[in-house]
Amino acid sequence: MRALMFGWEFPPHILGGLGTASFGLTRGMATQSDMDVVFVIPKPHGDEDQSFLKIIGACNTPVVWRDVSWEHLENRFGSYMSPQDYYNMRGHIYADFRYLYTNDLGCIEFSGRYPDNLMEEINNYSICAGVIARTEHYDIIHSHDWLTYSAGIHAKNVSGKPLVIHVHATDFDRSRGNVNPQVYGIEKNGMDHADHIICVSNLTRDTVISKYHQDPRKVSTVHNAVEPVSKQIEDIEPERHTPQKVVTFLGRITMQKGPEYFVEAASRVLQKTSNVRFVMAGNGDMMEAMINLVAKRGIADKFHFPGFLKGRQVYRMLKSSDVYIMPSVSEPFGISPLEAMQVGVPSIISKQSGCAEILNYAIKTDYWDIDAMADAIYSIISYPAMYEFLKIQGKKEVDEIKWEYAGHKVRAIYDRLLGIK
Amino acid sequence: MKTICFYFQIHQPFRLKRYRFFDIGADHYYYDDFTNEQILQRIAVNSFLPANQIIYDLIQASGGKFRVAFSISGVALDQLEQYAPEVIESFRKLAKTGAVEFLSETYAHSLSSIIDEKEFKNQVTQHRKRIEVLFGQKPKTFRNTELVYSDDIGELIYSMGYKTIIAEGAKAILGWKSPNFVYHSALNPNLKLLLKNNKLSDDITFRFSNYNWSEYPLVADKFIDWIHKTPDSEQVINLFMNYETFGNLQSKESGIFEFLKALPKFAFEKGIEFSTPSEVSGLIKATGPISVPNPTSWADEERDLSAWLGNDLQQEAFNKLYSIAERVRMSKDRRLHLDWNYLQTSDHFYYMSTKNFSDGGLYRYFSPYETPFDAFINYMNVLSDFTERVEAQFPSSVGNEELNSLLTTIQNQELKIAALEKELKKSKKGNNTEMPRKTGKTDKSNSKTKTAK
Repeated sequence: MRALMFGWEFPPHILGGLGTASFGLTRGMATQSDMDVVFVIPKPHGDEDQSFLKIIGACNTPVVWRDVSWEHLENRFGSYMSPQDYYNMRGHIYADFRYLYTNDLGCIEFSGRYPDNLMEEINNYSICAGVIARTEHYDIIHSHDWLTYSAGIHAKNVSGKPLVIHVHATDFDRSRGNVNPQVYGIEKNGMDHADHIICVSNLTRDTVISKYHQDPRKVSTVHNAVEPVSKQIEDIEPERHTPQKVVTFLGRITMQKGPEYFVEAASRVLQKTSNVRFVMAGNGDMMEAMINLVAKRGIADKFHFPGFLKGRQVYRMLKSSDVYIMPSVSEPFGISPLEAMQVGVPSIISKQSGCAEILNYAIKTDYWDIDAMADAIYSIISYPAMYEFLKIQGKKEVDEIKWEYAGHKVRAIYDRLLGIK
Repeated sequence: MKTICFYFQIHQPFRLKRYRFFDIGADHYYYDDFTNEQILQRIAVNSFLPANQIIYDLIQASGGKFRVAFSISGVALDQLEQYAPEVIESFRKLAKTGAVEFLSETYAHSLSSIIDEKEFKNQVTQHRKRIEVLFGQKPKTFRNTELVYSDDIGELIYSMGYKTIIAEGAKAILGWKSPNFVYHSALNPNLKLLLKNNKLSDDITFRFSNYNWSEYPLVADKFIDWIHKTPDSEQVINLFMNYETFGNLQSKESGIFEFLKALPKFAFEKGIEFSTPSEVSGLIKATGPISVPNPTSWADEERDLSAWLGNDLQQEAFNKLYSIAERVRMSKDRRLHLDWNYLQTSDHFYYMSTKNFSDGGLYRYFSPYETPFDAFINYMNVLSDFTERVEAQFPSSVGNEELNSLLTTIQNQELKIAALEKELKKSKKGNNTEMPRKTGKTDKSNSKTKTAK
């Protein structure tokens, strides 16, 4: 079976959880011997791991016929894409796109990020998808997140193959209810055209059913999983320079992540014990407000803002922590507590996050329940049995949450759609 | 000749209120009065009162031939006294019929039997006294918390003067044997064991109103017929169950009360009698020994202690609690002793169980907490406060033994002073002239010691 997937990000160049999830899922599905995946992203950087799938860049897809030599193409993207693919696609240009701005290869340029002209980029992506959909051979179409829904619909119209869309988040999560009507329109359109909708949690599934009015029968939940930690990360030595306990928040400092509840909980814990420090790592539009709040509560000497952390730094931070906390107000899934638990850090998560549905060995509180959150923090740093229990059982639990299993569930959905028993 | 031995368990824990860590040191009241009162009153009205009335009527109607036994934990008695004293009254009425036996157990419904022998003995004595005062009878049969039993516990109980003990008819200890005989402890032939008949007891407690059960509906003549059809050599059917079965676990609408009412009539027709545990133990000879090296209980499929001490959280809380036992016993503070009892109740540890996490049906059904972690956090916060209170009485820097000897000195000071004064008087008589000055001195030094303490 061959699937044509549309995505927006792919590691190592990722901007959020979407890239990590797309990577994990395709890698999990690649363990099935008869499963091939073609993955389309706006702009590959050339260092993506193509050992288990084929990556096509929309920015390398010709939409205007140009006469270019093999050598020229080899120079431009030979390291990660064959010129033959380019020629194959050039043979499938389906309309006159000369009115668009294209480069010397007849391709549209993409930023591959989330630029201001995002809507234009989405539209261009969908134009390229039309060429790819006519060129490639595949049994099923799979679109990750709203940016690629239009591309999926286009491919479905061209090929008649069933379309699966994967909802990693909805605009209701991102905006806390104040949806952007244009985004909502694209999302709803994608869902209406989809033959099946996969959500990353039951929480998201409920939103899709109630806010986007989808038939529950065509909406399933496939929870995200987590990649096993690599040897290098495993080897990072935890740095402990003080005997004080460390409680860590990692993520964008935005309304969605509930940072203010963390600060309030911290100030309660500090009223009772001084043997603890709090870290809020990350960036975001609420960072200043949070620094002010910390100062107002008079806990600035115990509360730290190390800024945005990347790659290895994330794990160094995690490994030096005693508690990981994610008080998100609305989180479709939330992969970060799973990563913390992988390296043996007890986690506290809000009940309003999707990962709470599959985690047993993490403490769950309502995001607004500052008292409960403070109590949970206090119990982990004060009662060694609690710390040890969550550390050991939590790791055990997370090690069993594998993309491979998620891959099997997605495959079962494909099979059902294609009438394969 | 067969006899049915009914024993009903009554227990309710003092559930803890939501106790945050910032309450530690500030708030010394730990109980959720509202919930406790509400639950107890509901059970009293739905179950205890009507069931007691039926049992009373059955005893009267049969001229005392219908006989049952109750085991009521001390904490349950405390709660009944507070919230539903009429239930205690109705038990006293039952006690007066002479057809009801009250069993002995640990006052706090605790698991002290497996960790702290001294505490265990204290609690059994405490409970025994309470039963004597309330119901005017000396308990002769022992039933341990959650039917926890092992050979060692049996020995302990025998040394306290009990000849009969009630235990779970667990597959692990019975093997191919039938629970419908009287056995004796492998270590001590004089200690008789009554084992619960699981199948028949659970038919009433758990399956009575289950539509999917192939034997539904369970009616009295069918049930008695099953008992009648057991081999003639099997003389005693031990039906041990939670008293809340009647009216609470099985609702009134399920017909459970009618079932209870009809049982004796059909039993007498078939020549089956009713006896209390100590009567059974007096009448029937033990057929053989039963060896139980590891503690068994009546919970879950495993019938072991894993429901209360299965994970690290439970063990930590349990060990922390009993690590201060010695200190608490030294204290004379009544309030402290009361809390000490209520905190030992096994239910607190049951709530922390992570067994069958995902479904965990029965655990969640009984637990007032949303998750086992919640239960642990709350309990440990309370325990921290309690420990602080104990330590406030005696500084932790002083070792237990040193403290003990100091306390003995203090306790004995009155005796010692009296003895010294006697001696003084004696010497007074002998030497009259010098006395006045000397007495004055002694008095002064005596009062000094007193104020210093």
